[in-house]
Amino acid sequence: MTIGEFVERDATAHPPALTPAYKTSVLRSPRNALISPRNTLSEITGPVFGADELGEKDNDLILNFAKDGLPIGERLVVHGYVRDEFGNPVSGALVEVWQANAGGRYRHKKDQYLAPIDPNFGGCGRMLTDSNGYYVFRTIKPGPYPWANDTNAWRPAHIHMSLSADGWAQRLITQLYFEGDPLIERCPIARTIPTVDQVRSLIAQEDPANNMPFDARTYRFDVTLRGRRATFFENALPGGAR
Amino acid sequence: MVTRFPETPSQTGGPYVHIGLAPHQAGFDVFENNFGNDLVSGDTVGERITIEGRVFDGSGTLVRDALLEIWQANAAGKYAHRLDPQDKAVDPAFRGWGRTGADFDSGVFEFHTVKPGPVAADGGRVQAPHICVAIFARGINVGLHTRIYFDDEAYRNAADPILSAIEWETRRRTLIAKRSERDGKVVYTFDIRLQDTPDGGAETVFFDI
Repeated sequence: MTIGEFVERDATAHPPALTPAYKTSVLRSPRNALISPRNTLSEITGPVFGADELGEKDNDLILNFAKDGLPIGERLVVHGYVRDEFGNPVSGALVEVWQANAGGRYRHKKDQYLAPIDPNFGGCGRMLTDSNGYYVFRTIKPGPYPWANDTNAWRPAHIHMSLSADGWAQRLITQLYFEGDPLIERCPIARTIPTVDQVRSLIAQEDPANNMPFDARTYRFDVTLRGRRATFFENALPGGAR
Repeated sequence: MVTRFPETPSQTGGPYVHIGLAPHQAGFDVFENNFGNDLVSGDTVGERITIEGRVFDGSGTLVRDALLEIWQANAAGKYAHRLDPQDKAVDPAFRGWGRTGADFDSGVFEFHTVKPGPVAADGGRVQAPHICVAIFARGINVGLHTRIYFDDEAYRNAADPILSAIEWETRRRTLIAKRSERDGKVVYTFDIRLQDTPDGGAETVFFDI
């Protein structure tokens, strides 16, 4: 065992690669089984990001693209903790988010949905978790939008989230949904996840005690990443003592 | 039994992954400092190389909305991370990480980096020079991990513990990038096939890391 090795990923906690109801997965999923080597230094290490690389408004999607006014829509604060499988805080993780505007329209060259662009809303943000694994950002609640899967498929309101943490093996991209949205259970993408409990772990919960009165509502969303095994005994160190 | 909290489930990055991870490519500018595909500065130590490739789906069609990230050691084979115990120097001008989208028209992705040195493995073994790759896209539910090795490192590749752990020898070659020179620059070509393709292209090896 290498020092800092991650506990193996539980494949049953994730969608399989091939999920035919989500049609694009059919030709974009490997047919061979993944190969599972032991972790090496390459997987237990990962890129390090510094606070000086981010700008002051990078985690404020309400202001970071505002040109001549505020974006239109529900003002939200989203916050939570990033922890590993053993409950330890994950500090210094780069959290990146992107989303549609209040009408479900993305600011992206390839999005042709007829709902309009909001001139004051970009739709992306980023932040680093603090020493407690805590993150917070402010945004406009995204709207649902239609997409070409079956002819009447609508995504629930969601925010995409990417996490680059301490080790390459922890790299994760997921989506955050909102409590009470009836579209979640009908969504072919949410339903790629095997169990209802696992889908529930992607649903941000209303957090009224932390609302900002007369300003913004608050949602809580915690993330769990893979954890490292403890190494209490002398180990087969790569490139070192055995 | 000790409580182990389940990992947050993965979801696809979707077709608009660029908005969050490469906003310039989505068509707008929001951050002052953008992450990109150029890993080197003037001070970086090592042989400059370009990694160039394309991603294909199971019909042989280009995956033009793929987002790729790489993670690698520096020219000496040292990772810029506190858990790398090797007695080698960190290069202060090299983080070892970059990201890019495939081009919406040509489907080509590229990284400008240095060729990594060999990295230690356990048991006193040595890993051949390699670059770790993660691939995200619409239709990919969980990011796919693979590795780039180099065809001018045949001797080290033969002794690499990860390559040799692939039982099917014919599949190992899907991880070997081909070296060429173009306008005096070293280019390694690394195409990724998500499934076997009709033209006979073999599915790339993907790892559960």
